[in-house]
Amino acid sequence: MKSESRFQQSPSPAQQSLLSSRRWRPWEPLLWLAAFALPLLLPAHAFIVNEIAIVALFAISLDMVLGYTGIVSLGHAAFFGMGAYTAALFAKHVMPDPIVGLAVGIAAATVLGAIFSLTIQRGSDLTRLMVTLGAALILLELANKLDWLTGGADGLQGVVMGPLLGRFEFDLSGRTAAWYSLTLLLVLFFLARRLVNSPLGATLKAIRDNRLRAMAIGIPVGSRLSVSYTVAAAMAGAAGALQAQTTGFASLDVFEFQRSADVMLILVVGGTGWLYGGVAGAIVFKLMQDFLSAITPQYWTFWLGLFLVVLVLVGRERLIRPWTWFANGRKT
Amino acid sequence: MLTILFDGIAYGMLLFILAVGLAVTMGLMNFINLAHGAFAMAGGYITVLLMQRLDVPFLVCLPLAFIGAALLGAVLERTLYRPLYHKPHLDQVLFSIGLTFMAVAATDYFMGSTQQIIQLPSFLRGRTELGSGNWILGMGHYRLFIIAVCAALTVALQLVLARTRFGSRLRASVDDQRVAAGLGINVNVVFLTTFAFGSGLAGLGGALGAEVLGLDPIFPLKFMIYFLIVVAVGGTSSITGPLLAALLLGIADVSGKYYIPKLGAFIVYCLMILILVWRPQGLFVRRGGRP
Repeated sequence: MKSESRFQQSPSPAQQSLLSSRRWRPWEPLLWLAAFALPLLLPAHAFIVNEIAIVALFAISLDMVLGYTGIVSLGHAAFFGMGAYTAALFAKHVMPDPIVGLAVGIAAATVLGAIFSLTIQRGSDLTRLMVTLGAALILLELANKLDWLTGGADGLQGVVMGPLLGRFEFDLSGRTAAWYSLTLLLVLFFLARRLVNSPLGATLKAIRDNRLRAMAIGIPVGSRLSVSYTVAAAMAGAAGALQAQTTGFASLDVFEFQRSADVMLILVVGGTGWLYGGVAGAIVFKLMQDFLSAITPQYWTFWLGLFLVVLVLVGRERLIRPWTWFANGRKT
Repeated sequence: MLTILFDGIAYGMLLFILAVGLAVTMGLMNFINLAHGAFAMAGGYITVLLMQRLDVPFLVCLPLAFIGAALLGAVLERTLYRPLYHKPHLDQVLFSIGLTFMAVAATDYFMGSTQQIIQLPSFLRGRTELGSGNWILGMGHYRLFIIAVCAALTVALQLVLARTRFGSRLRASVDDQRVAAGLGINVNVVFLTTFAFGSGLAGLGGALGAEVLGLDPIFPLKFMIYFLIVVAVGGTSSITGPLLAALLLGIADVSGKYYIPKLGAFIVYCLMILILVWRPQGLFVRRGGRP
């Protein structure tokens, strides 16, 4: 039966709807090509392209946890910072090759994620919020106090990266960095997409939507939560390692609450449970941050806060579709 | 040794007053309010402004800080918080983070980012020492004052909750909002009053704590985790839970910082995670309550 249905000319509608979400859309190659062309076309903006790629990767990793598994995490910066510090320390003390450093950073964040995934299995949203927040704070505290290793509050300086693949130097124009980050974003993006569209991803969504029912139909909720959290931690670690490698610097702010809050905002702006949401949110957020901090360098968090409040009160759906304000604003 | 215990108790009582409003609103509305510290900060800054600009005596400032923060809380509850009660937790978290960011940036803009100093009246300065040797108990008069005020407030709160009509309405609404509404309790008014009162207490705590905790624009972010620990560890179903959690936190924090300064707040966070992994609903949960 199974082999027969594979050769059918037209799959059933259910099959189609399941398969369509994992297919390449025609606009996607164009989008990625445009992204890769940007550092060439606008060399002056290569740095911001790099930053956007890193933040987008970070937001996608949070999406795995928040959008697909439904865990409200306020401490995702823990893994970002772990990746950043590990990559920076590895480059400084062991070897400066970026790819190996990246792998080590990802591995460290994965281990950390696997350990902390034990803490998020039980309890209410508040409990998980506290535990994730606490995890990030513990790491912040550790990075601050272990100053012989991490440089404490001054940050970890003197990180010199070797050339990428032994050939491409990280130059001052930031092009290599941008392409490096974009490539990793591309790879991890499609891995993440494979994952969320796989049967495993479907069970994650089931857990998000109704944990009790998921348990009742035999999904091992605890281990699935662990898997999703660990994968997300690995991706966040990759983003952190990229950040440390492309800036040649790691400081305490990689662990800070602000970073966890920002990435949550990014994801919500772009839309949760949709991998491009992280990318879209990262673009909007970084451009907005650039714009606002150019006007008021010190107080731009006020406008960020105002934006958050308005976003929640008005509702994201209505905010990005202004034409619906007058159409059915009265009815709802 | 006893001095550290004493300071820890003072600190814990202060945390309790700051966080009890959060515990009640969270239990009542199931609303995750990360902006609670902003009300405390408002109370602190009201005191600072009144004392510095208008020379109001400290003891008069305290009730004014309470009233100011309570009014602010009432206005915000009615306008901003109420529409969000039935939204998902993610929205509530984002909203209250946004509010906190706004409060921090606005305070920074209007008041400057420096730490504010409160001139205590002379009878609250100074220190009394009892005993000798290893068991010496040094009590700062101001900390004694804090303990007295907070203990009085705790007893009053417990009496209000246990004995008065409003208290029973509040407990009914916490236990089951729909049935309470069905019995003719105006749940919205109960919520509004409780939120305002909780914010007022936070304001009072902020005013009292400005001397001990320090008061600067990032106060709401710096102490957010502490308030949340009190609530998450203490549970939201009674006020004794948060009280015990606050005392535990205060003593653990003060003694941890005194004995092992190298680790700092590390112990507190680890302890919190362990407790929450062990008892996800908090240490002091009443059995049979609403899950």
